[in-house]
Amino acid sequence: MDAHAHEHSHPTPSVYFKVALVLFVLTALEVLSFEAGRGGLGAGLRPVFEPIVVLLLLVLSAAKFALVAMFYMHLKQDPRLLANLFVFPIALAAVIIGALIVLLRYWRVMGAS
Amino acid sequence: MSEAAAHAVEHHTTTGIDSRKVAIWTLIGSECLFFASLISTYLVYKGKSLIGPLPHAESQCMLHGKLQTCEGMFEIPLVTTGTAVLLFSSFFIVLALYGAQKGNRKMLVGWLSMTVLCGLFFVGMQVYEFTHFYHKGMGYGTNLFTSTFFTLTGFHGSHVSAGVIWLSTLLVLAIRGKIPPEKSLNLEIAALYWHFVDVVWIVIFPVVYLMR
Repeated sequence: MDAHAHEHSHPTPSVYFKVALVLFVLTALEVLSFEAGRGGLGAGLRPVFEPIVVLLLLVLSAAKFALVAMFYMHLKQDPRLLANLFVFPIALAAVIIGALIVLLRYWRVMGAS
Repeated sequence: MSEAAAHAVEHHTTTGIDSRKVAIWTLIGSECLFFASLISTYLVYKGKSLIGPLPHAESQCMLHGKLQTCEGMFEIPLVTTGTAVLLFSSFFIVLALYGAQKGNRKMLVGWLSMTVLCGLFFVGMQVYEFTHFYHKGMGYGTNLFTSTFFTLTGFHGSHVSAGVIWLSTLLVLAIRGKIPPEKSLNLEIAALYWHFVDVVWIVIFPVVYLMR
């Protein structure tokens, strides 16, 4: 399949608009989770949200990341080679971030204790 | 060589994909690792500052040569607005690209102008935020938090600024009618870079501003 064929299979403006709306809603949910986690939406919600706010933020952020990559960057429609060029460094980046945090934060805490 | 012939030649690659598109994706891949190192540095040093100011909590900090109580630094409503504007700029640029591919110059110029304006708003928001922080006693070398914060968000801001300059040059070309449908790949490559800048902020916003 050549580049022209890929261009023709790109989403329509209505799909782009729906994705934009979802992204906006997810961002609003991120801020609401943050406010609920610090007690800004009422003291009653704080004990519920405080333990899960980091996980919630990570999930919402990953969903937004995936939507932009798949629909706006056209990875869903474009050749697999381009997706691999992006996904491999992303996976490597996730491993680097995870490993550095474990090595320099938790490992040092455990060593100190 | 005519434009159509030149266009036909550029697709004769072993992968069947235009080399410029492979190149921008390779650049984006390497940039992912660059920002991963900055984000992990921020996270590793988070909560390790011996003196304020701190992102969310009150702390003791040196201001005008005196030890004072400083409030949390971040202004979430302002940054949320900047985040929403950057997200919408990604929507605007795909509409501009759609216009370019369909040969609709009005759509191309209109949405590309909106994208550039959104980029300028984001850079302006960051300049205001940095200036505000500086006046509240938060310099680059004040503590571990300020150093890692300014390095991470500053590098992201410089990428946004580069994107604004790139898109502005394309806007001038579009106004002059020099981005016909067969040259829309030039805009698609710039759009991919712009989306990358957006997805990096999608990670930075919750990790830096919202996680306490």
